[in-house]
Amino acid sequence: MSKHSNETAQSLGHRLLADMIRIRVFEERCAELYGESKIRGFLHLYIGEEAIASGVMSSLGPTDAVLATYREHGHALLRGISAESIMCEMFGKSTGCSGGRGGSMHLFDETTRFFGGNAIVGGHLPLAVGLGLADQMLGRSDQVTVCFFGEGAVAEGEFHEALNLAALWNVPVLFCCENNRYAMGTSLQSSESQVDLALKAASYAIPAWSVDGMDVMEVHKATTKALTAIRAGGGPMFIEFQTYRFRAHSMFDPDLYREADEIEQWKQRDPIVTFRERLLRDGDVTSDEIDQMWAAARAETEAAVEVADAAPLESVDTLLEFVTLDTAPRENAANGPPIINDDEVWP
Amino acid sequence: MSAAGEGDIRSMTYREAMHEALHEALANDDRVFIMGEDVADYGGTYAVTKGLYEEFGRDRVRNTPLSESGFVGAGIGAALGGLRPIVEIMTVNFSLLALDQLVNTAATFLHMSGGQFNVPLVVRMTTGAGRQLAAQHSHSLEGWFAHVPGLKVIAPATAEDARWMLPTALADPNPVIIFEHSGLYNDRGPVDPDTGPVDLDHAAVRRSGSDLTIVASAGMVPKALAAAEQLDKSAISAEVVDLRSLRPLDIPTLAASLERTNRALVLDEGWRTGGLNAEIAATLTDVCFWSLDAPIARLAGAEVPIPYAKHLEIAAIPQVDDIIAAAANLVRPIG
Repeated sequence: MSKHSNETAQSLGHRLLADMIRIRVFEERCAELYGESKIRGFLHLYIGEEAIASGVMSSLGPTDAVLATYREHGHALLRGISAESIMCEMFGKSTGCSGGRGGSMHLFDETTRFFGGNAIVGGHLPLAVGLGLADQMLGRSDQVTVCFFGEGAVAEGEFHEALNLAALWNVPVLFCCENNRYAMGTSLQSSESQVDLALKAASYAIPAWSVDGMDVMEVHKATTKALTAIRAGGGPMFIEFQTYRFRAHSMFDPDLYREADEIEQWKQRDPIVTFRERLLRDGDVTSDEIDQMWAAARAETEAAVEVADAAPLESVDTLLEFVTLDTAPRENAANGPPIINDDEVWP
Repeated sequence: MSAAGEGDIRSMTYREAMHEALHEALANDDRVFIMGEDVADYGGTYAVTKGLYEEFGRDRVRNTPLSESGFVGAGIGAALGGLRPIVEIMTVNFSLLALDQLVNTAATFLHMSGGQFNVPLVVRMTTGAGRQLAAQHSHSLEGWFAHVPGLKVIAPATAEDARWMLPTALADPNPVIIFEHSGLYNDRGPVDPDTGPVDLDHAAVRRSGSDLTIVASAGMVPKALAAAEQLDKSAISAEVVDLRSLRPLDIPTLAASLERTNRALVLDEGWRTGGLNAEIAATLTDVCFWSLDAPIARLAGAEVPIPYAKHLEIAAIPQVDDIIAAAANLVRPIG
């Protein structure tokens, strides 16, 4: 169950707004740091989509499992991985949450059961089924595995295999499809014969519906409802969150495939701006409180940058670590292999 | 139900040995379960899991749809979630549908996560030709998997190893792929019930000899031993080393053998180009160069998809006579 299950609507609103602001500030700073060459490799920004991670993460309990994509800084931050250790990871430092091995696309954290940062589109969906199967077979009936993926994953075979297995085995998994309408530069309309993604999921006998992913409260409500049903033994569920990324696919992307008008229209629905306006209008938050949220997020991010800048690089001596784990030597290994009379083995 | 500690060495087929190992694993550890195509009611394509679902139920002997990537990925997730899955893939050819999961995920998760998430997964699959199953069920691609850091790759060649490698693989914190040569299932050999889990790190000298070392694995091992018997009649004494583990390779055992014999013939049922035996030959050349009396020889599968017709299939992979000829030529070169 969510650790915040008793909180009031007002404090929930505060928390969701503050969460979205934390992601926005963190990622805008990441973009600057990319320009300064502090962060390298691929950097996929989530700006514009913050309502989804905020609404979903705020619904989870501490022992639930999370799998995300390569656009996962926000999910990681709200799952409870510290801004410092995420920033250190993006700087390639030894104190990063993946020891500098993963970078922006591969954030991992054992204590919060955050299983990546997965960058093969659709590849982590079967893992979610397996994690759910483990919960089911080990009798951990209060745990749910939440799996984020973009609409591009729907074209992959692993999406279909995973949804079929999940339904067949009735595993406690929530599939969260973040439909930002473009798989890199390929639009949903140009890549799918059926663009109703909830309908696709429903064809596997999975309860599925579509939600406005720009409205954090709608995301939170839909997720809470789904999680309650899954925890009650309802099996896998699928939610499509309709959203839009305001930035290009990655820092390498010149964004030639979207009309400026389209981007501008979606920016009018900025999840932070619209939710802030709603809270102000309803008297649930004051301008001062909002200013404090931005200030706190900036302080958090700047502290993370400072730590990451000063953090040590991993020693090259550790290059070959974490490839396989050592196994204890076996008793009968010490004396070398026996010489076997081949007549006995091969009559 | 384990037979361990009950004394007498028994004669078992490779299939029976593997079945008993699976039975013991299910009986000993509630976290262990088997999943794959037709592992339950059908009893497994090669009848290795026959009878297990009746005893352990459908949850623990779990049929899957024809979704190799899906159920191998589910195995990875289950391993991450605390179970000890044994995933059966019908043949190595079908495992190509799950390469993404095995290479991009199972092999990388520990590293990408900075050591936080290991994947204690066991994957079993058949390999090899000899049953006239043609070009989509007969290949030997284990060398591809042996190329990948993060995986452990083993190939039992004897009933004893078929019986006792599995518990070690299950205890291993890393993903372990077990290749079972389909031509071995009916072969019979002694199994010691008291052996217990064997190490996966060492090659085994299956036959001692002094004139050359024949390096073999899986289905090539019985052929190498048969060839060695024949070579004896020509006064050529062949030592046969069974690799057992394809990754990591036990170079010290191979090198020690080569230091005794000064010549080596490295067998591979897979294709020659880029084959695992090229890796072995190159490494042994580095390590043993000053002990070599001849260049290290290789014998591998022909560069062709495996054909259906019996005589063509026989011609496509190394046979006992080919091994005898290659060994004899290495020891007493013709011309």
